[in-house]
Amino acid sequence: MTTSSRAQAHARGLAGGGIASRRILGIIGLLLAAVSYEAVTRAFFSPLHVPPLSAILPRAAELLTEARFWTATGRTLLVAAVGLLIALVAGVVVGFAVGSVRWLLRVTSSTLDFLRPVPSIVLIPVLVLVLDVAQITVLLVAVSCFWIVLFQVLYGLRDVDQVAVDTARTIRLGRLGRIVHVTWPTVLPYLGTALRLIVSVALALAVTGGLVMGAAGLGELIWSSQESGEFTGMYALVLLTGGVGIALDMAARLAERRLLHWHVATRREVAVR
Amino acid sequence: MKTSVVVGLNRGARAAGLALGLPVVLFTGWWVLSADSTNIFLPPLSRIVEAFGQVWLSDVFFRDVLPSLRRLAVGYAAALLVGVGVGYLVGRWSVVRELTGPILAYFRVLPAPVLIPVLLVAVGIGDATKLIVIAAGAVWPILLNTADGVRAVDDVQLDTAAAYRLRSWTRHGLILRAATPQVFAGARQALGISLIVMVVSEMLMSTDGLGFTVIRFQRTFAIPQMWSGVLLLGLLGFGLAKIFELIERRALRWHRGATGREESW
Repeated sequence: MTTSSRAQAHARGLAGGGIASRRILGIIGLLLAAVSYEAVTRAFFSPLHVPPLSAILPRAAELLTEARFWTATGRTLLVAAVGLLIALVAGVVVGFAVGSVRWLLRVTSSTLDFLRPVPSIVLIPVLVLVLDVAQITVLLVAVSCFWIVLFQVLYGLRDVDQVAVDTARTIRLGRLGRIVHVTWPTVLPYLGTALRLIVSVALALAVTGGLVMGAAGLGELIWSSQESGEFTGMYALVLLTGGVGIALDMAARLAERRLLHWHVATRREVAVR
Repeated sequence: MKTSVVVGLNRGARAAGLALGLPVVLFTGWWVLSADSTNIFLPPLSRIVEAFGQVWLSDVFFRDVLPSLRRLAVGYAAALLVGVGVGYLVGRWSVVRELTGPILAYFRVLPAPVLIPVLLVAVGIGDATKLIVIAAGAVWPILLNTADGVRAVDDVQLDTAAAYRLRSWTRHGLILRAATPQVFAGARQALGISLIVMVVSEMLMSTDGLGFTVIRFQRTFAIPQMWSGVLLLGLLGFGLAKIFELIERRALRWHRGATGREESW
């Protein structure tokens, strides 16, 4: 989703009805989904294997008061955050290095294209022999997010306005000045997009590390409740994991808006409201 | 005439050199540096390549690789069908969009691998579970991108179609066609996700398949074999992405022509 299509979509959403009516319809949709899930589970599944929502929700509320849920969430978030930070720094540094030198980009582009689609989880069996599971999970997060950041930086660098570069040259801005005043502001919106993309990827891989290798956190908690046959608890944990995802997504959007408060797409959104 | 052919050849050779140069250097470097490796975790590349031939070019290919690929293909195809179909409805009708908004927002951020234990309990161990998990993981990017694409179709195009009184089927086709760049963007993202979900689901609950075999090699300390499996998974990811790119380039030829946008460097 590009920023322009978002602004367009936003304008259309407003044309289609007020924010209040949209909220009401959304709530109706949620209720409909909840009721049909309840009905389907009660009619077709054994409550032991697929518990109805009326059993999951109280369990989820209970989990919210338990320390082990919050420790697990904290661990998952820590792993995701460390991985994200590594990916952001490495992606920006490598992206700027490769993207601003023409021959370097030419020489490396085939290799980057080859390595990007390699799924990062292939690292699990290799690394499990030499690192501990928490470190591997951090690496999984970092590697997956690194590619997204790197390619967004490269796209951003390709988008730099030549006229702006020439203007900067004319007023004798040095290399550093050009990077600070021309290149960086062009790349920043692309980094905002990257940020929005990588938070959910980071959460997904942090949880996967727990599922596959038993790295402490939400994934491990989900898998162990599955193994111990505590299925209602497992469904409640999955439900809450989605909640963590929503919270992360909102945080990323907020950060993006803060970071890009000067950008046209963001400004227009604020002005409309 | 002649010179232009020579120049073309030179240009081709240069492009090939640029594309292959670094990979060849890296591969040779790995080969040479690992040649005398005595570290059991980092076997010489020559042994990995040897193991690659022994392991994957045998009946293992039919027993483990083919079932994995079949699951991937079926799950991904199901995700495409459902994603484009539902995405079209969501993008076209604002009521559907507003009703499903919060639910879609939720499933977009729910990590796909957590569906594995859920479906394991609900459906049981088996091929069906893995297919559903792959489809359920891959469907969201396709659905959301299709909805975005359908919603962003140019108003002028829609009005033109209405003014010409095109039949509604033709109009649906037009809208879908105009949304294909976005559909492809979602489908590309979904391809990576489905590969990951396939491997994870096989690591967690399988008796065959690529993910399972690689984990089994690792647990039995068959290190060169394990490395060869990792190599195969990497090649698979790369190969699938390349095939996808070819299809996309063909399908979106009109788009690049219309917008002058070129996706290569």
